[in-house]
Amino acid sequence: MFSRLEPPAARTVRITVDGASIACGEGDSVAAALLAAGIDACRDTAVSGTARGPFCMMGVCYDCLVGIDGQPNQQACMTRVREGMVVNRQLGAREVKA
Amino acid sequence: MASANSSSSSSVFDVAVIGGGLVGSAIAYGLRGSVESVAVLDEGDVALRASRGNFGLVWLQSKGYGMGAYSHWTLRSTRLWPQLAARLLDETGIDVALEQKGGLTPLMGDHEIEARLAWVERLMAQPGVEPYEWKLLDHHQAAALVPGLGADVTGAIWTPHDGIVNPLKLLRALHAAFARGGVSYLPNHGVEKIEHSAGMFHLRTAARCIHARKIVLASGLHNGALGAQVGIDLPMAPQRGQIIVLERTRRLLDTPMVTLRQNDEGSWLVGDSQEDAGYADHVTTLPVLATLADRAVRTLPALGDVRAVRAWSALRVRAKDGFPVYEQSARHPGAFIATCHSGVTLAAIHAFTLAPMIAAGALAPALDGFSTRRFHVQSA
Repeated sequence: MFSRLEPPAARTVRITVDGASIACGEGDSVAAALLAAGIDACRDTAVSGTARGPFCMMGVCYDCLVGIDGQPNQQACMTRVREGMVVNRQLGAREVKA
Repeated sequence: MASANSSSSSSVFDVAVIGGGLVGSAIAYGLRGSVESVAVLDEGDVALRASRGNFGLVWLQSKGYGMGAYSHWTLRSTRLWPQLAARLLDETGIDVALEQKGGLTPLMGDHEIEARLAWVERLMAQPGVEPYEWKLLDHHQAAALVPGLGADVTGAIWTPHDGIVNPLKLLRALHAAFARGGVSYLPNHGVEKIEHSAGMFHLRTAARCIHARKIVLASGLHNGALGAQVGIDLPMAPQRGQIIVLERTRRLLDTPMVTLRQNDEGSWLVGDSQEDAGYADHVTTLPVLATLADRAVRTLPALGDVRAVRAWSALRVRAKDGFPVYEQSARHPGAFIATCHSGVTLAAIHAFTLAPMIAAGALAPALDGFSTRRFHVQSA
């Protein structure tokens, strides 16, 4: 479990992750908020289906992909939390509706 | 005590292949077993690396306009491909993800259909072309192969021979096969000078000198300069291609198109542009990428919602006329050259047909048409 190095932000933002409400610090990235909440596997890979979590935290590794407000494959580390945001674990490869 | 294959400066190989890309690697793979010792001399990371930037098609239908023998050579390679994929899987455990379920050239509008149809008919009528099955499909026939095909695609040329592999897995499998037997892979061995004396070639690199009884020039766009050192005058012209890769999705597209494919792991590749841009392989340009993206979305509108992950450019390896070059130097027997654009498609025939000819010391007369003599016809 990760813990914060700095005191939490003054304001709290609530988001929903796979149906559960979690509290985040204002200004957190989605990836940081997930890690702080003890969720370290935010997706299953598109190829093998194994669990993966945020690794680089700077937009490079693509291991933090989640669905955000209905949009699949969003980079959790590059997106800041917003009140009421709906986050879902990205399970396997996204679908394309042809 | 130094062993025979250590990095001592006195190494002597039966065959040294200059170039560790797909052409050199496929030939070296095919040489194993036929000769005692093979070395692959690869350049460093400064190399232009067409083998790591390509689209990965095993493709017949657009090949050989202007040289019927090239169509036949390509057809033979597409037939050998299942054997290559199976052997690589067996020997290395790496599945190169070959799929040969047929392929399409999508066409938009009557003008494109008429022009392409006439072009294919002229290609097939050439001497040296072995006839093969192909069809012009209408929109509905093509839509049966491509779920969600855009209305702008009014026709498509289809053949059953075309397919795809994962080109990076192919390169990796060939190199893994080296490690398992008979091929010494020597990275950071860009060849600066070739000397030939007393039946032995001496390849000077920055670090050392490699000696070999035979050599194969398979160094892509460097083949022009290296060929000159063994008396082969090969006019070369780089041609830039740009590719966009889209994020991975669940598999949707089973039938690849010449401009759009989905690979075995779900990524989408969008191609393929052709530009004369010199050696600028580190540049992508918005007008070209926009054109590629626009045509991809018109071909498969559902892709409008799929994000691009990156784009890159790479240089095709081409002799001046675009056709392969295979030749043994007349002035320096034992020096062979292999230059082609289609290192993926031709990997199978390079391994199973060309490599044994090189091992035996002579190219078959059927390959005469691929020599550089075609560039040096004397005027009457």
